[in-house]
Amino acid sequence: MTEWIELGAVTAVPLRGARCVNTPSGKIAVFRTAENQVFAIDNRCPHKGGPLAEGIVHGTSVTCPLHNWVFDLATGEAQGADEGSVRTYPVKVENGLIFIAPDVLIAMAAE
Amino acid sequence: MEKLVVVGAGMASGRALEHIFEEAPGRFDITLFGAEPRGNYNRLMLSPVLAGEKEYEQIITHDAAWYEAHGVHTRFGETVTAIDRQRKVVVSKDGETPYDKLIIATGSAPFIIPLPGKDLPGVMAFRDLDDVNRMVDVSRRPGAKAVVIGGGLLGLEAAAALRARGMEVVVLHLMGHVMERQLDPAAGFLLQRDLEARGIKVHCKAQTKAILGETQVEAVALEDGTVYGADIVVMAVGIRPETRIATAAGLHVERGIVVTDQMVTSDPDVLALGECVEHEKIVYGLVAPLYDQAKVLAKTLAKVDAAFRPVQTATQLKVTGVAVYSAGDFADAEDREEIVLRDAQSGIYKRLVLKQDKVIGAVLYGETGDGPWFFDMIRKGTDTRDMRDTLIFGQAYQGGAALDPMAAVAALPDDAEICGCNGVCKSKITGTIVAKGLTDLDGVRAHTKASASCGSCTHLVEKLMAITLGDSYNPTAVKPMCPCTEHDHGTIRRLIVAKGLRSIPEVMQELEWKTSCGCAKCRPALNYYLVSEWPGEYEDDGQSRFINERVHANIQKDGTYSVVPRMWGGITTPNELRAIADVADKFAIPTVKVTGGQRIDLLGVKKEDLPGVWADLNAAGMVSGAAYAKGLRTVKTCVGSDWCRFGTQDSTGLGVRIEKFMWGSWTPAKLKLAVSGCPRNCAEATCKDIGVICVDSGYDIHFAGAAGLDIKGTELLGHANSEDEALEIIVALTQLYREQGYYLERIYKWAKRVGNDSIKAAVIDDLAKRRQLYDRFVYSQQFAQVDPWEERVNGKDAHEFAAMAEFGLPVAAE
Repeated sequence: MTEWIELGAVTAVPLRGARCVNTPSGKIAVFRTAENQVFAIDNRCPHKGGPLAEGIVHGTSVTCPLHNWVFDLATGEAQGADEGSVRTYPVKVENGLIFIAPDVLIAMAAE
Repeated sequence: MEKLVVVGAGMASGRALEHIFEEAPGRFDITLFGAEPRGNYNRLMLSPVLAGEKEYEQIITHDAAWYEAHGVHTRFGETVTAIDRQRKVVVSKDGETPYDKLIIATGSAPFIIPLPGKDLPGVMAFRDLDDVNRMVDVSRRPGAKAVVIGGGLLGLEAAAALRARGMEVVVLHLMGHVMERQLDPAAGFLLQRDLEARGIKVHCKAQTKAILGETQVEAVALEDGTVYGADIVVMAVGIRPETRIATAAGLHVERGIVVTDQMVTSDPDVLALGECVEHEKIVYGLVAPLYDQAKVLAKTLAKVDAAFRPVQTATQLKVTGVAVYSAGDFADAEDREEIVLRDAQSGIYKRLVLKQDKVIGAVLYGETGDGPWFFDMIRKGTDTRDMRDTLIFGQAYQGGAALDPMAAVAALPDDAEICGCNGVCKSKITGTIVAKGLTDLDGVRAHTKASASCGSCTHLVEKLMAITLGDSYNPTAVKPMCPCTEHDHGTIRRLIVAKGLRSIPEVMQELEWKTSCGCAKCRPALNYYLVSEWPGEYEDDGQSRFINERVHANIQKDGTYSVVPRMWGGITTPNELRAIADVADKFAIPTVKVTGGQRIDLLGVKKEDLPGVWADLNAAGMVSGAAYAKGLRTVKTCVGSDWCRFGTQDSTGLGVRIEKFMWGSWTPAKLKLAVSGCPRNCAEATCKDIGVICVDSGYDIHFAGAAGLDIKGTELLGHANSEDEALEIIVALTQLYREQGYYLERIYKWAKRVGNDSIKAAVIDDLAKRRQLYDRFVYSQQFAQVDPWEERVNGKDAHEFAAMAEFGLPVAAE
């Protein structure tokens, strides 16, 4: 596909925090870890739909605020005894800006 | 998701839920009804609680956090009164709850002999925590007497426990010897002798005639003319399956609710398990088969093939200092032989019943260590011809020299059953220890369930841990705060102070955290400890706070928030109410509800609307009610001497004063207060974290109550003569709790851990210490009393409340 889509400055997302990107088919949560890595996943816990962007970010994981499921931000897989996964989206950081791959958004819009 | 309703929150359904989450995660939306006002606890351990050897908290198997984490809607204290199978709903006092699948786990009810006087106050069963609490209350009276009717397992445990509490105890038993279903007469006699040596009177062949008393139990009369005085009568003669709602719903019920091998009743959408069911004409009362049923039931719900089969069980009496074990069939018969060992002097009796060279029954008294070994032989039908000469001496004497106890456990075969309650064999325990890297008993219990029910096999499990882990096993090991650290809460708090650690990264560095930046368990705890220890110095780390405390509102199941403004002492004004109404209109807030803490909750606020809602509430003079905080919540009041004809003091005024003094403070867990204007206690102060009861002579200060998953009345801390003194005591108490409490530890749990005496010593007896605590609280308040709503209305954390980017439908890609 063509160009990656700019979401905003890396610094717009707090360290060990997240912001949401609103799309027609739901919210994508963009995370920034303590080590300054950036990840994007669906903002919806597969367990009970909890908003993952509101969870506590630790290492490269986030803990869902509703019932404490923990997800790996890189793979989207639930950790520990829980089973499930959230969709992940390719993102990259260039010149202090976060970009998301465009094809996923088109795919989402088409759904 | 399918709607699953569970009626009954006992051990069988608790275990079934665990298996359901394993077998079919996320498949069911579960509502759990329980008649008791609390969740599931280990009923087998009520005897040690009654005896004062354990606390209720130690026998809880599923706490509020567990239910919450698994998304179980709990309806404790709510009895299901009917099932409408046509419409697929259950009926309780709060209305109807629909189901797709229904589990009946109503357990059993104690059998009360229809004697004259059976309804007198003081006649009770021994079935749940309320019974235990009632017995403990009576046992505190000097010279209190108890009569226990029934000399079976339960009756004897109750008798021994009440005796341990100092009561005079008589056991009345209809049969010729105690525990006749588990013991032969010889062992029954030894047991009776041991009980009598403890001061328990055992009266066998006792035909009870009547329970006597006017307004309260006074005595029990027997047919033979004997009369025993009694302050309580405990009926422990047996149980019967609790099948009333099943019968009323037209299900097939015989003695119990009839179930198939798959635990399904006569209605394919209704399953049942536990003491209320009957399988192949057998009703089970011991826990091991019920746990098997739980496994099968979960599989059935998950559409996996499984069948429940009758199982053999072994019994152990849980009376400290008395060792009794019995298993299998030990009745005399033509085709049976027996091997008996008696040592009257040391009180040992062992009897094995054999049939065709196989052990079919075992009764052990005084020395029960070989019980599991014999039980293993019974289950497997081991041929004993080669060891017949030494069989009765036990496993240690097989094949030469005596083994030490550790070697005996090591020598057990891999499939030997260690935990009878949960059906856990040796290799499952040792294998899990290795596979999961377990190092403590709690871990083994969590992963294998071994020794997690009656606990009588704990010593075996500990030996297996020692054998498997070698020197690295330390039975007294501390319970770490979370998997990120080796230290427990207490050590961490101490080291933060001792080493002067002033930030989360510093704590993690200095105390050698195992993860790069902690987890959702340790970070909020560390943040609190630092906030509390270094007021004015430590900069609060919002990213280490749970979302509610980060955005100062309560997240709801759909991701919206609820907003609760403070109403000081529950007092409001027309202007405040108008502002609340206007806000609700303006932001289309769907639900406006009055809370239990005397204020108003606005539910269903969108996150992006929060600053707007707060701005309007701020404009009317209202601030955050901190309804989300591990901190000061509410001070509930009654109208006191201002209005009430009984009020002795200005309870409303004091409540407002306390709330205005203490708002904004962070505490280890939430802190709820109340002030009642007289002992009628309309503000319900005696179940709060801290409660004040105004009396003519001043103010009684109570603390350490609970009215959540646990229910506990407060304890009296002390008396204050003036409002000023009352405030100082309350503030000093709160500060002590702030400094000593572990994160998420409510005040009653903290008090139990450190002891009420140490608390009284610091805030009542030692006036200098009280003043220092008070001063430290006042100092920290200057940094804490900032309205978080106003800060955010003025732009703090703006990133929280707006999306980072928006995309419309035609994506801007081409």
